[in-house]
Amino acid sequence: MSTQVPEQVEDESSAESVSPGKQKRDQKKRERAQRIQEQREAEAAEKARSEDDTYHLKVFRYDPEVPEKQEPRFDDFYVPYKQGMTVLDALMWARDHYDSSLTFRHSCRQAICGSDALFVNGSQRLGCKTQLSDLAEPVRIEPLPHADVVKDLVVDMEHFYDQMEAVEPYFQTNSLPDGELDEQRQTRENREKVKMSTRCIWCSACMSSCNIAAGDNEYLGPAAINKAYRFAMDEREGEDMKQRRLEILEQEHGVWRCQTQFSCTEVCPKDIPLTEHIQELKREAIKNNLKFW
Amino acid sequence: MSQSYNRGLIEDFSRWREFSAGMWAWIFHKFTGWVLVGYLFTHIAVLSTALSGAAAYTNTIQALESLLVVRILEVGLLAVAVFHILNGLRLLFVDLGVGLEAQDQSFYASLILTGVIVIASVPTFLSGVSI
Ligand code: HEM
Ligand code: SF4
Ligand code: FES
Repeated sequence: MSTQVPEQVEDESSAESVSPGKQKRDQKKRERAQRIQEQREAEAAEKARSEDDTYHLKVFRYDPEVPEKQEPRFDDFYVPYKQGMTVLDALMWARDHYDSSLTFRHSCRQAICGSDALFVNGSQRLGCKTQLSDLAEPVRIEPLPHADVVKDLVVDMEHFYDQMEAVEPYFQTNSLPDGELDEQRQTRENREKVKMSTRCIWCSACMSSCNIAAGDNEYLGPAAINKAYRFAMDEREGEDMKQRRLEILEQEHGVWRCQTQFSCTEVCPKDIPLTEHIQELKREAIKNNLKFW
Repeated sequence: MSQSYNRGLIEDFSRWREFSAGMWAWIFHKFTGWVLVGYLFTHIAVLSTALSGAAAYTNTIQALESLLVVRILEVGLLAVAVFHILNGLRLLFVDLGVGLEAQDQSFYASLILTGVIVIASVPTFLSGVSI
């Protein structure tokens, strides 16, 4: 106790000797100096970061119409990193700042339109859904494998769309409700069953990853089979329609081509359990053909 | 489309470093399956020496089993067969739609189990052989 009392007294006296106004001003000055100091440090750090925090992209280039680009090659781009930057953002930055002829498809930038599936560091991914920070450098960006390259990162999607169309990817039914304005209601359980399969955005990542689809051009492919699953499992379509759908699926180049490599399931940006759906349709096809009499 | 650049199939397998578990399982399964088919022929060939008498058969077997290479090949055959069977069971479950979310773990499990069984078999296969 006795040692503390004099200290307090000393503190008070020194405080009293300086006017409260000056005290406040000093305090403010110190704060301002500190703030400026912090700001400078932050700026320096930011500068340092933007200087060495560039991402090194290696981008596939090819253009059959330009003599210099007829031989495919990889171009290097160094793109300054911003927090949250995706592969698509980086490509756009490279295009806008370095080479306006760099060609790739994109639209929604939110994993909905399915136009920017690319082959990034050895795996099919959506450019807009892939964070640069998740990738090792250099980030190697190529067009989707197993598809013809039209230019740079743009591939011909025609074959993929043909396969999608082949499974009649739209709702069809013979059992319409009685009243003209009646809704065709689906049970909650049935909706839950097809839920994941409805999420496909037609990006073709799965088709590109599939080793079987690469070797057999007639194979429907995971996306088309998943699309067929979405309708074959929809109870509102009725038995006749399901029969018709299974007939399409169990053709020579339908579900039976799948060899459960799981590549499609691995790459699907919408996390659709593709292999599971294909396997279930295989079982449905067998059940459909098994007759005991 | 007028012109296009096709990267071809060779590029596929040069990307083996990027293959996922399911792809490796597929490659190993095909490989082991065909090795087993190949073995079937050698197997029949060796067994058919019995057609030329009991002595010929015994001599052939004894001659083969005295070779270290044959013993090592036998270990290899066991590895191939065990993996094919275990992964075959995994594929059976995949066909039944059971545990698809754990397909990669079940592949690793069959690899590890194959390894354990093969190592455990080495003393038996290599016993009593002179180099
Ligand atoms: C208990 C023993 C076995 C089991 C459980 C088994 C299981 C399987 C399964 C499930 C497949 C299909 C793989 C797929 O869907 O892609 C398969 C493929 C194959 N099996 Fe076996 N198998 C066994 C024994 C054998 C034996 C003894 C041989 C050789 C004589 C063999 C040769 C093959 C071959 C060549 C394939 C590949 C066929 C193809 O190219 O599609 N398997 N096995
Ligand atoms: S199933 Fe998945 S990977 Fe395949 S096209 Fe649809 S969204 Fe893309
Ligand atoms: S830009 Fe639409 S899915 Fe990526």
